[in-house]
Amino acid sequence: MSAAFECRELSKRYGGTVALGGVDLDVRAGELVGLLGPNGAGKSTLVKIACGLVRPTGGAAEVAGEPAGSGDARAAIGYLAELFRFPEWLRADELLSLHQRLAGSRGGADERRELLELVQLSDASGTRVGAMSKGMQQRLGIAQALIGNPRLLMLDEPTSALDPVGRRIVRDLLLELKRRGVAVLLNSHLLSEVERVCDRVAILVGGRVVARGSPAELAQTRGVEVELDGGVRQYPDATREQVPEIVAQLVAAGEQVYGVRVLSSTLEETYLEAVEAAS
Amino acid sequence: MSGALTIAGYALRESMRRRVFVVVLLLTVAFLALYAVGAKAAFDSIDAEAAGAAFNVDDQVLTGSTLLGLAMFTTLFLGCVLAVFLTLGAVRGDAERGLLQPLVVRPLGRTALLGGRFGAAAGVCGLYVAGVYAAATLITGWAGGWWPDDPIGPGVGLVAGVIIVAALSLLGSIFLSATANGIAVFMAFGAGLAAGLLGQIGDALDVNTLKNIAQIASWALPFEALYQGGLDSLTSGAEGTTAVIVQLGPFGGAQEAGPLLWPWTAAYLALLAAAARVAFARRDL
Repeated sequence: MSAAFECRELSKRYGGTVALGGVDLDVRAGELVGLLGPNGAGKSTLVKIACGLVRPTGGAAEVAGEPAGSGDARAAIGYLAELFRFPEWLRADELLSLHQRLAGSRGGADERRELLELVQLSDASGTRVGAMSKGMQQRLGIAQALIGNPRLLMLDEPTSALDPVGRRIVRDLLLELKRRGVAVLLNSHLLSEVERVCDRVAILVGGRVVARGSPAELAQTRGVEVELDGGVRQYPDATREQVPEIVAQLVAAGEQVYGVRVLSSTLEETYLEAVEAAS
Repeated sequence: MSGALTIAGYALRESMRRRVFVVVLLLTVAFLALYAVGAKAAFDSIDAEAAGAAFNVDDQVLTGSTLLGLAMFTTLFLGCVLAVFLTLGAVRGDAERGLLQPLVVRPLGRTALLGGRFGAAAGVCGLYVAGVYAAATLITGWAGGWWPDDPIGPGVGLVAGVIIVAALSLLGSIFLSATANGIAVFMAFGAGLAAGLLGQIGDALDVNTLKNIAQIASWALPFEALYQGGLDSLTSGAEGTTAVIVQLGPFGGAQEAGPLLWPWTAAYLALLAAAARVAFARRDL
């Protein structure tokens, strides 16, 4: 089975500005991949190329084995833009119905009801978009993106307007989608969210991927701390595997060892280091 | 095709909810009411004075065609206002507001989206113009018992004219922000009107340069030629001094539509459609 999303040497220039400078990335079925990066790193451009909203300058991108932007590729995508707006005069149910017709979905009222339940907006099916809070609109946007059971869900800052409860709803929703085999490309500034839900993370800076891996892989070891009689002693280059040897040497030297801690960086620290190094 | 129809239905509902639609409808009601009062007063006046007979002019034809010609100009203007406001932000404006992207990502395709938007705007504006023209014609007949020699042709010309304006505005919306596009299309409308007036002066004074400017403008902006052709067919049966005077017409003068006007109108719309399709396909959103 082809990857839900795959791009090779993908590049995009806006005049003299390089938005993407040769990006390789893939998202497999049922995988949740987070895109991190500072403003202007090229995250939204990458997502827009995948959705067919922006034409790449070079390289290739495929969605479900079809060229990004083609009708078949768009049929396999669910998308929620960072800056989106729905017509304020439409009711939630009408909006989903409109997108069902555009997506060619035959799910009917059952699909709309299920999606509104999924984003916990069942009570708002008759509410006009203009009467909804930004957070409700964002959850409605996620429901809209899920119409037609897309193979790949592209979410660009989906929790930016949500309160903690709303974020929790979206986080649970993402995990549920992953369980169902939906691939998700999540573009977010909220590192803690990404760390919690994503299988893999790619950090983009200046249109290039400067780091990638699982959150655990990216969270590098930063040495070992040992608590002794005389205080805490640090071994900045030591790894987890060296801990028994260090402790044995200390005990042999007559030290009293009260505790040992393997230090590792958070995704946030890794992210900041990667951004700093790249710039 | 079904995607384009869905977009057209969506755009129709959207247009009905815009304030401009209500404003245009109110203006139309006010215009038709004033037109009825004015037409009645004008026809009553010529019945009483019968001044035209001294100059071998048919007062009724002159009054009826001039009044309906003015009504046609107003109808075209209001139709253009509607066409521009329904389409001025259809692409770039909606993209900047984030309304367009969720629709474009769907598999219907950009051409179908443009087609749907154009179909809705053309349908609304065409029906509106046809309705107002028909109402003005009926009012003129009621007020003075005068009916145009060709009652259908001028209305069809106005409908085609306003459809061209909607197509121009939709094409402009791909390149320009909503405000800039609205200004540009109204300026094009004004340029067509000015060219028509220049042609009228050129005809009266027999100045070839002015006539050429008007002719080139008519090809470049065929809504003006359609309007002038409509004016001409209002009084296609008029003769003598009456015919000479009514040919001057209001706002641009009557000009007989040549055999190429309608084929050129169709080709012009096809060119606009092709240009819009190519430009929209290449536009990053």
